[in-house]
Amino acid sequence: MGAYFSDIFLGLWSLCIGLGITFKEFFKPVVTVPYPYKTIKMSERYRGHIELIENEEGKPKCVACGMCQRACPSGCISLASKSVEYEAEVKGEMKTKKKKVLTKYDLNFTTCSLCGQCVESCGFGAITFSKDYNLASSRKEDFHFDLLNRLKERNS
Amino acid sequence: MSLTILNAVVAVVIAIAFAALNAAYLVWAERRGAGRIQRRPGPNVNGPLGLLQPPCDGIKLMTKQLMIPGGADKALFMVAPVLAMVPAITSFVTVPFSDTIVARSMNIGVLMIFAFASLGAMAVLLAGWGSRNKYGVMASVRAVSQNISYEIPMLITVITIVMMTGTMNLKEIVGAQSGGILNWHIVPSLSSPLMPISFLIFFICSLAETNRAPFDLGEAESELVAGFHTEYGSMGFGLFFMAEYANIVIGASLITILFLGGWDCPLGLFPGVWWFLLKIYLLIFSFIWIRWTFPRTTIYGLLNLSWKILIPISLFNLLLTAGLLKVF
Repeated sequence: MGAYFSDIFLGLWSLCIGLGITFKEFFKPVVTVPYPYKTIKMSERYRGHIELIENEEGKPKCVACGMCQRACPSGCISLASKSVEYEAEVKGEMKTKKKKVLTKYDLNFTTCSLCGQCVESCGFGAITFSKDYNLASSRKEDFHFDLLNRLKERNS
Repeated sequence: MSLTILNAVVAVVIAIAFAALNAAYLVWAERRGAGRIQRRPGPNVNGPLGLLQPPCDGIKLMTKQLMIPGGADKALFMVAPVLAMVPAITSFVTVPFSDTIVARSMNIGVLMIFAFASLGAMAVLLAGWGSRNKYGVMASVRAVSQNISYEIPMLITVITIVMMTGTMNLKEIVGAQSGGILNWHIVPSLSSPLMPISFLIFFICSLAETNRAPFDLGEAESELVAGFHTEYGSMGFGLFFMAEYANIVIGASLITILFLGGWDCPLGLFPGVWWFLLKIYLLIFSFIWIRWTFPRTTIYGLLNLSWKILIPISLFNLLLTAGLLKVF
């Protein structure tokens, strides 16, 4: 008889504990992110597609050495450059020097496997992973990124 | 049209409007409440706070095709949802919202509500049987055995109250509790010291009678697809859904009337319909709260709770009250 009543009371008490927990949760703030209206900031180590980094003048840091192109196992990076002559002061004298300037940096994201070899291989710290993850399209042309253009748009 | 008929028509229209509005917006309240408990917002896209969600759902249900499965008993299949809705609406006729707001104050109000409540079980049985679906039949058998076993402790508790007040008129039952919280039936009195336990029993039974979680074995999604309304779509399903919520309002009103003093203020000030509404919505909140807290019981656990715990205790309370009423 005693066990019968203690069973009932213990059962009721456990139900009350459960109710207490949900009652506390009821007043806590909502944790859902209403996705299309609000997005969360991606973490530092998030790997999106690659993006060019700019220098102080707003130009790409890239020197068009082509290491990333060679390192890419999927062959999805293609870049082009041209030689530009410029005046620079070397040991008190003005001299004309040559350097490569990036004219095209295309990323074919449809074949990219996000391995990060390009970022690893870059000796000038000129490319990084973007934090962009809202990528969806029904046309594959939308995933051929012109990274130079993107850099320009970011700056404007 | 004479004035009495006009009165009756207006009362019925108000009762239906109140039931339908409640049914629609309790779905919203339930979903918002579930969201808060699970720390998500719930429906919030249609209108401010998602308040336009119920009309949208209604339009969606009404524009859908009403399918009748091949082997179904057409007549029973069509009658069942209507039969679910009718008792839910009819019960509102005798519910007194305040001293003056009652459609029809009957001397057998309690009896009438329970008579109609048991019709609801009939609708569930017909729905499962008529749709010729094994899950439907199993679910309706479960729901009916549950309703029968929970009606017993519920009615025994009601008999206790009727013995104490000496009337079956809901208005007079509330009248017997007027004058502050100490006169309410939930508070133990000399003639019935076990009233809080009776309240708990009645509360559990009304959860089970309205087929609410954790006693929603009639529509156990994880095992029986959708239970007795598996084959129903369109407004057939809509009517079952609305009947469920209308029954919840009836259940909350009954608890308020029988135990919580109806429209009486706890301190005896300003009695009126607002107290009644406040109490039923607090009870409905606790129904929602319970639903999203506990997992579903098994059918054995459910029947054991009724036959081994609720019925013996409520019977004991009945005998004790009868004896003490004789003494005092």
